[in-house]
Amino acid sequence: MSKGEVVLLYFWVSPFAMRAKIALEEKGVEYEAREEDLLGTKSELLLSSNPIYKKVPVLLHNGKAVCESSIVVSYIDEAWPSPPLLPSCPYERSQARFWADFIDKKVFEGGNSIWRSKGEAQEVAIKEFIETLKLLEGVLGEKDFFGGDSFGFVDIIAIPLASWFYAYEQFGSFKVEEECPKFSAWMKRCMERETVAKVIPDLTKVYEFVCMMRKMYGFE
Amino acid sequence: MADEVVLLDFWPSPFGMRVRIVLAEKGIKYEYKEENLWDKGPLLLKMNPVHKKIPVLIHNGKPICESLIMVQYIDEVWKDESPILPSDPYQRAQARFWADFVDKKASFSIYSVGTKVWMTKGEEQETAKKEFIECLKLLEGELGDKPYFGGQNIGFVDVALVPFYCWFYAFETCGNFSIEAECPTLIGWAKRCMEKESVSNSLHDQHKIYGFVLELKKRFGIE
Repeated sequence: MSKGEVVLLYFWVSPFAMRAKIALEEKGVEYEAREEDLLGTKSELLLSSNPIYKKVPVLLHNGKAVCESSIVVSYIDEAWPSPPLLPSCPYERSQARFWADFIDKKVFEGGNSIWRSKGEAQEVAIKEFIETLKLLEGVLGEKDFFGGDSFGFVDIIAIPLASWFYAYEQFGSFKVEEECPKFSAWMKRCMERETVAKVIPDLTKVYEFVCMMRKMYGFE
Repeated sequence: MADEVVLLDFWPSPFGMRVRIVLAEKGIKYEYKEENLWDKGPLLLKMNPVHKKIPVLIHNGKPICESLIMVQYIDEVWKDESPILPSDPYQRAQARFWADFVDKKASFSIYSVGTKVWMTKGEEQETAKKEFIECLKLLEGELGDKPYFGGQNIGFVDVALVPFYCWFYAFETCGNFSIEAECPTLIGWAKRCMEKESVSNSLHDQHKIYGFVLELKKRFGIE
């Protein structure tokens, strides 16, 4: 089902771009995915459609640009209302937005601190990262997904970040499955969805990318 | 059944002012509870255990945290009066983008880096001032010729940004610069917003805010 021309500017390893892709897949929207070379030169289209941040993802719907991944996912949910990604009750929606915002603030930065540090600083980073995941386990509770019975907004915001966890585990010598089994189970459940499996890259390739970044930024 | 609405706030917080503006725009009756941020009370810690920050909106006993999320919630529940977000999905995305920009760049500039204006001196202060003005100029660009970011009426971005206006005097005085000289269009917009009762009643007097900043400077040992 499509409604006009949809183009997504992405980078293969960007978890933020993955969010947009999963949302489009969930809605069954036909779109053209254009990969940006973020390690090389950014395209004119990226620079002109996201002049403020010059980042991916950028969703172009009939030529009009939407930027910032959480905002892109909200837009996709509103422009193609079925199936809904956010709950219909305003209070539940506010809670979903709150946890999406929390995940945005804590998970990626927290996880990346692990490969950017060594020794005691790394121990602290791992501890804080595990604490964040445990908090999210509490939010998940006995539900299959953060959205309840159905895969929804918060799941879409969170699962792409989890594609970087294997890399964190390698650098930090720890396993999410051991520390946070419920979270790990949720990850597996999400990865079983066709829309997610289609979008999430090979975890080893993500790890190799992180190794390269580590060298590039002199964190060896 | 009457709605019970409580707002936990701290008077100088621009984030709390955002919520107050929207509650006033929609004519919503609420109980205002002042929190002492140097001595956080049990209600705040119970209602916002994750961030322990104000503002917190408590609607019929249920808490909503994070000011822009609160504004969207209020807009969805009390949807018949003074809509804050547009109804078109693309325009909503644009409003969210610029409100998010205010939170990421401008409010970081204004609140944290902007505090560098009064917390530091010399080159660091000059850099902070320059970044701050750059953010405001980008916002001026987005405003264009419109009376408000929301168009003919105040909207999501206006609500997100205008509370910082009452902090401008403090930054100008501490940083020895004029924001109006650099961004006259934005100041024009702010003054236009202040003509609305919902805004002027929600923002605090700029001299009072300056007094608070001086207190903060003393507390953090900066002269």
